[in-house]
Amino acid sequence: MHHHTPPPHPEPVTLPVNRTEGCPFDPPAELARLREERPLTRLRYPDGHMGWLATGHSVVREILADRRFSSRQELLHSPIMDLGELPPAMVGDLTGIDAPEHTRYRRLLIGSFTVRRMRALTERVEQITTEHLDAMEREGPTADLVEAYARPVPALMICELLGVPYADRELFQDHAATLLTQSADEQERDTALTALHEYLRNLVLAKHTEPTDDLLSDLTAADLTDEELTGIGSLLLVAGLDTTANMIAHGTFALLSNPDQLAALRADPDLADQAVEELMRYLTIADPGVRAALEDVELDGQLIRAGECVTLSLQAANRDPSRFPDPDTLDLRRKATGHLGFGHGIHQCLGQQLARVEMRVAIPALLARFPSLRLAVAPEDVPMRAATNIYGVERLPVTWAPVTWDEGEADGAQRRP
Amino acid sequence: MELSVDRERCVGAGMCVLGVPEVFDQDAEDGRVLVLDAEPPPGRRASVRLAAGVCPAGAITVRE
Repeated sequence: MHHHTPPPHPEPVTLPVNRTEGCPFDPPAELARLREERPLTRLRYPDGHMGWLATGHSVVREILADRRFSSRQELLHSPIMDLGELPPAMVGDLTGIDAPEHTRYRRLLIGSFTVRRMRALTERVEQITTEHLDAMEREGPTADLVEAYARPVPALMICELLGVPYADRELFQDHAATLLTQSADEQERDTALTALHEYLRNLVLAKHTEPTDDLLSDLTAADLTDEELTGIGSLLLVAGLDTTANMIAHGTFALLSNPDQLAALRADPDLADQAVEELMRYLTIADPGVRAALEDVELDGQLIRAGECVTLSLQAANRDPSRFPDPDTLDLRRKATGHLGFGHGIHQCLGQQLARVEMRVAIPALLARFPSLRLAVAPEDVPMRAATNIYGVERLPVTWAPVTWDEGEADGAQRRP
Repeated sequence: MELSVDRERCVGAGMCVLGVPEVFDQDAEDGRVLVLDAEPPPGRRASVRLAAGVCPAGAITVRE
């Protein structure tokens, strides 16, 4: 046992959430200063809890991998807003529980999300992207990329995988969005969750009587109660609807804002896999994570006491210059492996291999279809999502109309052919 | 290089298969790690080390 006194703590901070205007891809600037001074520092939570904020890549990674830190929802405090005492995670919600309960659920699912099985879906993703690009072309030459492409492609994929009729999307899409909105109050969340569970519960019952070739039907044969299966289905649906969609849209925005990188990807399709990893690192749209110490843990020369929460800033970790040189530059050729964009530890994203296939297909296909793709508004007029667990753009107005003299470079380089 | 995996720890994220498909695979049924080549050739050892390093569950052990 150590009995030395930890060094005096500087004044606790609150979680920086405001991004610098005109920098839609960069984390709040304050995070970089904190990371440099004290990669693990005291954080005052909105509900009064006194815990920690981790911003350094190595310390964030270490905590995510350390089973002395719990994901149990009832032990957590929100670093964003005062949510009062949190209830235990809903039945079937893998993200808010620890081993061994987590292990049991996760093991039932991982066979359905392997690298091999997800890659086998490549052709189907290609078909869906082609259909949507065709529709964009017919209705163009402008579109909101979110509505026309980024949202429907992953939505169709997760629906097909789970066995959820896409035609029912009115019944679940808005509720799913509400659950990821930080500003939604308790009543709004309850209403959304109840409606979503109601929908999934009926679907699970239907799969019992009339199984189809999909994950939900397969899982009816597993050792799960209908309540558990409803919860798991809801989680997978929400997770599949709003994550990759934001990566496709926000990733496209990032590429359009970095013409040299866009050109590199267009010129070298083999760059696509690396590009996906780098966009995941650079954008880190799912952030932050929170864990609670189950016992006293000494880390980085500081003592985290049992019960204290640690907020893990994945976006700060992914911009840590000690791990990624020149971290604020989007560089599709860098080795971004080891980024924490999908998390780390036992809760690392279950659907990451599906997400990779979707991004890997959808982003290059879009660029290939519309060689003159560009923003249809000024970059500062792209509406960004606020107060959501998944960052990104609300809409991304794009055009691929032939470039006119007015828009073209002064030397006429982009003149109409 | 001595390579071993702990299938009890494995969470089936697939990072190892993504990095070094010549050495790692996932069981088609349970999704957990399988070792295809427990004595990877010298040219592949760096990527095996990287795969062990990025494994989210710490399920891969490399001894040299």
